[in-house]
Amino acid sequence: MGNLKYFTNGLLKENPTFVIVLGTCPTLAITTAAINGIGMGAATTFVLVFSNLIISLLKNYIPDKVRIAAFIVVIATFVTIVDLVMKAYTPDLYKALGIFIPLIVVNCIILGRAEAFAQKNSILPSVLDGLGMGLGFTLAITLMGSIREILGSGSIFNIRLLSESASTILIFVLPPGAFVTYGFLIAIMNRIKLKINL
Amino acid sequence: MAKKLESTLTNMILSLVLISMSMSAALGFVYLKTKGPIEIAAQKKETDAIKQVLPEFDSDPAEGKKERDGVVIYRLNLQDQPVGFAVKTFTDKGFGGHVELMAGFLPDGSISKVTVLSHKETPGLGTKMSDPKFSNQFLGKNPAEFILKVRKDGGQVDAITAATVSSRAYCDALQRAYITLEAVKDSISVNQ
Repeated sequence: MGNLKYFTNGLLKENPTFVIVLGTCPTLAITTAAINGIGMGAATTFVLVFSNLIISLLKNYIPDKVRIAAFIVVIATFVTIVDLVMKAYTPDLYKALGIFIPLIVVNCIILGRAEAFAQKNSILPSVLDGLGMGLGFTLAITLMGSIREILGSGSIFNIRLLSESASTILIFVLPPGAFVTYGFLIAIMNRIKLKINL
Repeated sequence: MAKKLESTLTNMILSLVLISMSMSAALGFVYLKTKGPIEIAAQKKETDAIKQVLPEFDSDPAEGKKERDGVVIYRLNLQDQPVGFAVKTFTDKGFGGHVELMAGFLPDGSISKVTVLSHKETPGLGTKMSDPKFSNQFLGKNPAEFILKVRKDGGQVDAITAATVSSRAYCDALQRAYITLEAVKDSISVNQ
């Protein structure tokens, strides 16, 4: 039971997107469609869970002065694995996410969790933390992707809600729409957090 | 909890070398495992794109393939009868830079269909170049007599409203496809 809090932590209380505000680059860039949010979220979660796992396993064998270099090697390995696997099995999604898959390497959420959590905790909490943070990130960017897709393209998960000719609020699939959506969502999240006293 | 390794030179070198080595071993393994599926996926994508712009064919696109100046031309057959050519062409004159098209040409030189493979045009404006309203005007036209330029530039193409640059880029890519095809057409056969 004690371990469960590591998992739920990332979902709301320390949601990486809305509360810690880390990894905003992919958050803003790829959320033009809900499906991109799921894909990016899944890729990030995978990298997060496995890098947390390996780093918590190796934490006693990595000298302090070279820890960042060692973490980056571990993270880069898993990112490359995701990159290759997605290229092989989900080429369409791979094309939609483009450069942002390799850029997971420099996503602060991952290095942040390695530095702040995995290197100080044992294996199970680290894995749960990675899973929670990853899911929190996935939920957040999928939510953002859904809102932008509904308002900007009139569809969700590529299922059309409005007819092809209906005019949509185009700005939501353009970069400014990402900032607008992000701002409103953070405001709403803060409100919810105040209400339930987290 | 075991004592953490001291940051001595030997320890640092040793741990980094060991971590890098084991991680690259893992990567090598995944690379070997995914190499085949990646190639298959790339090939399937190519074939799917060709299927969209040409009538039914049964020859392997990889067999009648020729590349010149970045333009790839596929010659396709159905039961040893020519079906036409699929041309993967490009332009760098798009509003957002690079645009890639796949154009199908029938044996008589007329355009059978054109699809957009990749682009970085403005959503809602330049992206309309994939809409049938714009792309259908090229169907059945032979670039030998149909001038592939927007009307503003003295051609016969109706440009997309508010996206003249994208329309010009589209024409430029098609023109490039046509010129390259004319140049190499006779030198490719399916079973070379």
